[in-house]
Amino acid sequence: MNKLLSDQNSYQNVLNQKMPKPNLPRNLALSFVVGGGICVLGQFIQNIYINYFNFSPDRAGDPTITTMIFLGGLLTALGVFDRIARFAGAGTAVPVTGFANSMVSAALEFKREGYVLGVGSKMFILAGSVIVFGVVAAFIIGLISALI
Amino acid sequence: MVSKLGKQTLMFTGKPTITGYGTVAGPKEGQGPVGSYFDKVFPDMILGEKSFEKAERKLMGTAVELAVEKAALTNEQIDLFIAGDLLNQIITANFSALRLGAPFMGIYGACSSFAQGLLLGGLFVDSGGAQNVVTATSSHNCSAERQYRYPTEYGAQLPPWSQHTVTGAAACVVSATGAGNTLEMATIGKVQDLGVKDPFNMGGAMAPAAADTIFKHLEETGRQPGDYDLIVTGDLGKVGREMVLEIAQRQGVDLSQNYRDCGELIYSKEQQMNAGGSGCACSALVTLGLLFNQNYKRILVVATGALHSPTTYQQQENIPTVAHAVSINFAGGGN
Repeated sequence: MNKLLSDQNSYQNVLNQKMPKPNLPRNLALSFVVGGGICVLGQFIQNIYINYFNFSPDRAGDPTITTMIFLGGLLTALGVFDRIARFAGAGTAVPVTGFANSMVSAALEFKREGYVLGVGSKMFILAGSVIVFGVVAAFIIGLISALI
Repeated sequence: MVSKLGKQTLMFTGKPTITGYGTVAGPKEGQGPVGSYFDKVFPDMILGEKSFEKAERKLMGTAVELAVEKAALTNEQIDLFIAGDLLNQIITANFSALRLGAPFMGIYGACSSFAQGLLLGGLFVDSGGAQNVVTATSSHNCSAERQYRYPTEYGAQLPPWSQHTVTGAAACVVSATGAGNTLEMATIGKVQDLGVKDPFNMGGAMAPAAADTIFKHLEETGRQPGDYDLIVTGDLGKVGREMVLEIAQRQGVDLSQNYRDCGELIYSKEQQMNAGGSGCACSALVTLGLLFNQNYKRILVVATGALHSPTTYQQQENIPTVAHAVSINFAGGGN
């Protein structure tokens, strides 16, 4: 009996050997450069808000994040974001731009199902769990910080 | 008439003939190495329609039209329409049947639907149940992605073993009389599960089904791989094809000479589709486009399907897979 057709463990072992390995050094380097680049851009925008729009350094974060989210959404709508993300991986996924992409891409995708059943309900299909667990984690951390 | 060889293999004795076929593809498939063989290549993914689902419907409708036209038939002469696709409730096939207006049976074999349709079409024609049967399959990258994975504009880095769902459709007219390549035998596959859960690794999941069906076919027909000019699997891609070769080697079956995979053939390396193509249209487009234009005598097409649903893989279930084989004698290639 051919073990590769009958035994799941044997099959998995051989399959794992045959799977091409992701190019880890390249992926890490690209995500570092692109992710870092996005942060540099964010800092640049923050400095503009501080220097030209009279925001205090503490308050300048809010319009900066809003601008970055807008840019993430815009690039998604223009069909560019997914191409950048294919190369950048975690570099685009981790910053707030990735969050914007997950919501805008879902909103675009489900627009054809209407504003209520499509955009409204499907917009959170990817980002929903981030919001839920983000709020839960924030609540627990808040509780701990209040008790200490 | 149909005669049975062993448990899974059928032999068509009345030579059901593919008298016409149509191949329609999306832009990326058109730019690929097989692109020049397709009847029609659309320049974009939406095809002037309002949704990707409607675009896929247009792909299948166009393929059916072309096939019927090439077979020199009218829609009224079609006794039966057999079609399947990847979308929920095989909705593309249903709407295409509405448009064609012929008696209809929907099939679902995921990406194995191409062979499943031909097999059933051959069976109906050979048994006298129909004179002309149209079979069709389609897949659309964007409609499939949004159902099975992510929204199309979502930025994600895909693993190197992932495959790209082919955008396209193909249809065949299987007739009792007429000129064309003939269906010779068909082997109905059994569902296999070797424990693969990763929906990105469809090739790895489907390889055992393909290998099992190939072995059963050879065993029950008493043939050797060399009896075929080409043995081709549907959409295993790079990883799946290597697994089939490995399984075959351990089985003592030599597939090293004439075994290829449609998923590997449909895109070029420069297109960067990781492990290759997948989807119902993959095996259909490569077989009818590329292979039917080669100087072969006989080929074995083994279309492979991953039968999971988004619900079952989210519930951590394994991916069940199946493969159906059809052997085709080429016109002018003798027997």
